[in-house]
Amino acid sequence: MLTCKEFLQELSDYLDENVDAEIRAKLEQHITECPNCWVVCDTTKRTIRIYKGMETHPIAPEIEARLLEALEKKRAAAKK
Amino acid sequence: MPGTTQIPDETAVVLQAREGDAKAFSELVRRYENKIFRLAMHITQNREDAEDVLQETFLKAYEHLDQFQGNSKFYTWIVRIAVNQALMKLRKRKTDKTVSMDETIDTGEDTIAREIAAWDENPEQRYSREEMNEILTTAVDSLAPPYRAVFVLRDIEELSTEETAEALDLSIPAVKSRLLRARLQLRDKLTRFFKHKEDDAFAYM
Repeated sequence: MLTCKEFLQELSDYLDENVDAEIRAKLEQHITECPNCWVVCDTTKRTIRIYKGMETHPIAPEIEARLLEALEKKRAAAKK
Repeated sequence: MPGTTQIPDETAVVLQAREGDAKAFSELVRRYENKIFRLAMHITQNREDAEDVLQETFLKAYEHLDQFQGNSKFYTWIVRIAVNQALMKLRKRKTDKTVSMDETIDTGEDTIAREIAAWDENPEQRYSREEMNEILTTAVDSLAPPYRAVFVLRDIEELSTEETAEALDLSIPAVKSRLLRARLQLRDKLTRFFKHKEDDAFAYM
């Protein structure tokens, strides 16, 4: 039987589906018996899922223009 | 027809860019600029710095394109450049504090979850899109830099553990342990917003 601390140590790998079958079975056994770890597991999984859908920050048009212009200058200088 | 649905294979685009095809490099900029900017915003936490990082990253990438070895993905390669540029900004800004990805961090005890409460079925629905964005950004920005960078690369930019290790010059175990702590800390922070209201007074552990 795993302790809660041992469970937490493996949680990331478990959520990334990166543990072997034997450890997976132990972890899954633990969450059926420990409501606290079940909650932590469920809410951590949802934390990861929420962040995966996070929006990108829009780039101001003048910043993009500045970048493209700087690249154009470099290109022109390289051709000389 | 050019410019329609088909996304050209990245390796081919990188090769064309290396041969001096301006359009090919612009295509790489378009493909990754938003992600690089988001990454820079999370690390520097300052729009002006992030805008500089964006610019410096792609200029450096352009200058050193011939050094890009095809053995890693182009995206991982520019992420590495962006991380370095962003950390330099951070160091400049915080001259009194050293900012390093190697800084020693507490071990062990902070992996213990503090706030344990079940969340609502769809907590996102309680907040507007802007509020959600604010909650998520504030939470991730409050992480210590070594955790933040790992979390942003792994869980927001969706790099693999190996790619994150490469971009941050960390060992794989270091990436894994920082990611675990970052995830648990964020879970704690988000629980304050997303938990079942009825569970407030419920004492655990």
